[in-house]
Amino acid sequence: MPTAQIEKKPRKTSGSPYPLWFFLPAGVIYGVLFLVPTFASLYFSLTRWNLFNSTFIGFENFLSFVQEPFLIKGLINTVIFAVSTALLKTIIGLALGILLTSNIRMRGLLRTIAFFPILVSTIGIGITFAVMMHPTRGIINVSLELIGIDGPGWLTDPTLALYSVAFVEVWRGVGLASVIFIAGLVSIPRDYYEAARIDGATKWQQFKRITLPLVQPATATVMILSFVYGLRSFELIWTMTKGGPGFSSDVIASVIYKQYQAGFYGLSTAGNVILFILIAVMVMPLVAYFNRREVDL
Amino acid sequence: MTIRLNKLLLGTTAAGLIATAAAAETELTFLVDVAPDTIAVFEAIIDAFEAQNPDITVEIETRPSGGEGDNIVKTRLATGEMTDVFLYNTGSLFQAINPENFLVPITDQPYADNIIDSFLQTVTAGENVYGVPTSTAMGGGIFYNIPIYEQLGLEVPTSWEAFMANNQAIKDAGMVAVAQTYRDTWTSQLFVLSDYYNIQADVPDFAELYTMNEAKIATTPAALRGFEKLQEVYEGGFLNEDFGAATFDDGLRMLANGEAAHYPMLTFAVGAIQATYPERLNDVGFFAQPGDDADNNGLTVWMPSGLYIPQSSENQEEAHKFLAFVASVEACDIQTATIGAQGPYLIKGCTLPDEVPPAVADLLPYFQDGGQTAPALEFLSPIKGPALEQITVEVGSGIRNALDGAELYDNDVRKQAQQLGLPNW
Repeated sequence: MPTAQIEKKPRKTSGSPYPLWFFLPAGVIYGVLFLVPTFASLYFSLTRWNLFNSTFIGFENFLSFVQEPFLIKGLINTVIFAVSTALLKTIIGLALGILLTSNIRMRGLLRTIAFFPILVSTIGIGITFAVMMHPTRGIINVSLELIGIDGPGWLTDPTLALYSVAFVEVWRGVGLASVIFIAGLVSIPRDYYEAARIDGATKWQQFKRITLPLVQPATATVMILSFVYGLRSFELIWTMTKGGPGFSSDVIASVIYKQYQAGFYGLSTAGNVILFILIAVMVMPLVAYFNRREVDL
Repeated sequence: MTIRLNKLLLGTTAAGLIATAAAAETELTFLVDVAPDTIAVFEAIIDAFEAQNPDITVEIETRPSGGEGDNIVKTRLATGEMTDVFLYNTGSLFQAINPENFLVPITDQPYADNIIDSFLQTVTAGENVYGVPTSTAMGGGIFYNIPIYEQLGLEVPTSWEAFMANNQAIKDAGMVAVAQTYRDTWTSQLFVLSDYYNIQADVPDFAELYTMNEAKIATTPAALRGFEKLQEVYEGGFLNEDFGAATFDDGLRMLANGEAAHYPMLTFAVGAIQATYPERLNDVGFFAQPGDDADNNGLTVWMPSGLYIPQSSENQEEAHKFLAFVASVEACDIQTATIGAQGPYLIKGCTLPDEVPPAVADLLPYFQDGGQTAPALEFLSPIKGPALEQITVEVGSGIRNALDGAELYDNDVRKQAQQLGLPNW
């Protein structure tokens, strides 16, 4: 009897050393907490739903998402926000990473300071910056006034609000980016730089020919992480502007939240499905692109 | 280590003892929004209620106000996690929580007879009434700073033209004519919502047509006026410099201290002024939002929030007792003693003291014989679009013009009507 069991097993699990039912607990948790809600939300996005009963209305929710001007504005803003924060975090993060791996004084302290914003609550950062960016009493404009500059309404000017929030998001997230870059930078063997120096390469050539290509995996990680974070960003925007003034700094996440607050549960679920598709469509090619680059090296 | 463990055990036992002692009486849980006034009033009412009912204790739980609070109330009702009694809006927001499915009717309770009819209409769904008024009726209109009016020799306007002339005079004197506070987006809706008296003066059945999808704001000139007024005030350059970043509290400060002459707001703000700037209370007056016709001047009226009992409550008998107490003359008097008189009460037999703040004295004549009032649109129609406050911020900051804003709002309202399952949408 025992021998028979042993003989059967390898065929069933195709080489896995563990029996299939080992996966059951994880599978049940994954199914209940992830698969069921995902498919349920796909269904509810096609209904008009008030938590109590739902009416099937086909693609009407998706249609209103596309038709209404402030929902479209949210889509565009999301992309602007994600792209600008991802690029800035990568560029500034790399610069900070290089600075913090070079031989400067108080390197440990500076690394801690650069990482610090990550440890602070995003809500706290949002509220603090909202106070600092007050058009007349905020410390930013009060300081600018001292040197004779009439500061703009950082969060109240509709053309500026989204970028002000993006700036704060970069400030908040750049610490994590630079830590990832530091890890990538210190793993580049020193020999390459030594060889390059002997061949007479300038600092810029070293950066372009050695640092940049070899730090590629870190760049990809930072880019993708900040891009995805930017696409689904919510807390900062909600605490700083609530998507305002008007709809000028709305992103998909804040639009979804407002629909949810209004009790349009079907519509807000449809928004979530759109957000899911958007992230998948935009991030997958990005991942594929970076993977290909890595193979080429 | 042992000592710490002992202390821990002792603590647990003590906590257990307290819990057993409390379990002997009924504990009513009660969800209210965080406004300081509301909490102060209810703490006083609960003290008196507990003194009369020693076997019941009432535990206040707070929630945020505005859209965030709506969300909490809806979710807790739908999941059966609502407190035994809760405070929530009347009118269109009340209709949106599906009262017939979730709330306990109070139609047959004796205390329902104490409530004035005009309030009962706003907490009726189908055949039944569900709520008890928690405060006074309010007016939506414009607060003004009395010293500025005296200094410039201005008169309380009864037409929009006169109001704008006052604004110009105040601006010419180098002062801020109108305070606006768009950081708290809900405050931006007042010029639009307080204009309903003037709409119905022109189109008496507007609410009905609007609910039936037969009248639109953008295509009804009288209804569009509210949005236009918002735009005119912005374009006149009458606003405080930081209107986009100022909060409701800033608005009250500017009004009370004479940093601004006007602040469009609901009269419940009298309570907040009394709490924060008691020495300035006599500097603040109030008038209804004027329409284009000076001969037909009246006030748009708001009903206060109601107290409701959810069907999920396990202590309904005690909850009814609490509601009965809130619907009594005694509770009105406690409120007057706690935060002062703010307007006419909605419980039969409740009276106001002879001495009331000027803003309240300005408010009362509208309710008396010869005065004219109309309920706000949200009490006549179940439809209120959720994006109104963002749209009014845009119109009030010159981002979007009045007609565009009204059209956008007509579109926003459609979703609410469909969600409520109204016919003809």
